[in-house]
Amino acid sequence: MCTVCGCGAGETKIEGGVLENAHEHTHVHEDGTVHTHAHDHGNDHDHSHDDAPLGVHSHTHHHSDGSEHSHAHVHDGDHAHSHGEEHHHHEHGIAGDLDYGTGPARAHVPGMSQARMVQIEQDILSKNNTYAAANRAAFDDRGIFALNLVSSPGSGKTTLLVKTIELLKDKIAISVVEGDQQTSNDAERIRATGVPALQINTGKGCHLDGHMVGHAMERLQPKDDSLFLIENVGNLVCPAAFDLGEHHKVAILSVTEGEDKPLKYPDMFAAADVMLLNKCDLLPYLEFDADLAEANARRVNPHLTIFRVSATSGDGLSAWLDWIQSGLEAQRSKRSESVDALKRRVAELERQLAAK
Amino acid sequence: MHEMSLAEGVLQLVEDTARRESANRVKLVVLEIGRLSSVEPEALKFCFEAVTHGSIAQGAALEILATPGAGWCMQCAETVPMTELYGACPKCGSHQVQPTGGTEMRVKEIEIE
Repeated sequence: MCTVCGCGAGETKIEGGVLENAHEHTHVHEDGTVHTHAHDHGNDHDHSHDDAPLGVHSHTHHHSDGSEHSHAHVHDGDHAHSHGEEHHHHEHGIAGDLDYGTGPARAHVPGMSQARMVQIEQDILSKNNTYAAANRAAFDDRGIFALNLVSSPGSGKTTLLVKTIELLKDKIAISVVEGDQQTSNDAERIRATGVPALQINTGKGCHLDGHMVGHAMERLQPKDDSLFLIENVGNLVCPAAFDLGEHHKVAILSVTEGEDKPLKYPDMFAAADVMLLNKCDLLPYLEFDADLAEANARRVNPHLTIFRVSATSGDGLSAWLDWIQSGLEAQRSKRSESVDALKRRVAELERQLAAK
Repeated sequence: MHEMSLAEGVLQLVEDTARRESANRVKLVVLEIGRLSSVEPEALKFCFEAVTHGSIAQGAALEILATPGAGWCMQCAETVPMTELYGACPKCGSHQVQPTGGTEMRVKEIEIE
């Protein structure tokens, strides 16, 4: 549907035939038209179907987990749903003020009708950001270090992940989320290393979002103090804007691409904290100026940490692995600090209780 | 980029507000899209029309206010106008410019009845 990137919605599948993050409604209207749309679930939502001529429509809900939800349908236009299932996140209230004093403005004079302007003043991505913040809080509570790996297709993300996992899996617990439009090939490659992996197929979607990753966390149940790797859909544009709750975006650029890619797709390299220049074992056979590529990347993001690596030969990987381990260490100590603080608080409350 | 997802984000905010206000119809949606945000207004308009079909906002006019780009140039130590994200400072040519305005993507207001 999207003219720019082919991105659409409602086709997301989490492995195992599960359609968890959205459910679809099929509406059959009085005039015989049928349309299907998907939407996300907060704990509560309702929506209206004023377009249905006489409000006649049927709903089909696909729930994978058999979770309960009840529907109250008022068939004169509006209906409300409430969902009994527990979600890991909640719907965000509208923060914007309401200003009833603001009359209709601009060229859209409503005449004698009841039309009025309502201020919203909210970021379009606020919903995704709410999900991402909940994911990040969950990661932090459990001492988990989460990375979001982004690159164009074919830069060697999965090979790099497999290599990284093989070198780290004896020392730390790892779980992996794989995002692709179709197939579970990548998750199978990861599972072959022996660590749990979950495939998310985005269908027409061009990126993972915070909601999908929240559900993936519920499914994978990553261990405390573990490493959580998210391999985003191969796409250097869209994933830049969608926070998943990760601690760092890691952009991968391979030397078989152009040195100017960071300039052509600056959003991604600006959003990342780390860049891995991959396939460096091929440098002798290519006319690729690695210094120029690094300079271009630093032009859009002066704070970028860059590692030159080869996932196939293993060259340069030790610095990357050290970086992961120090990040994980920082998460663990942050968690143990908060656990210590809680223990002190419990001890203090118990002392107060004993004194009563 | 991903204008379809953004259009759906807009629709969610619009539907939430319209419901809370017990609106029957949404006539106008006003967005504020910064010139440095990575949104293509024409693609967004196309997608908005597609996602609002069958919703309370079907047929609503979409008005996009473009806010100008601005950045803080570290060399000049002042705010300078920007026409492209990660572009050079128009005064000194340095790329050490931190975008400070024009990156917003917001639903500003809607007209309902």
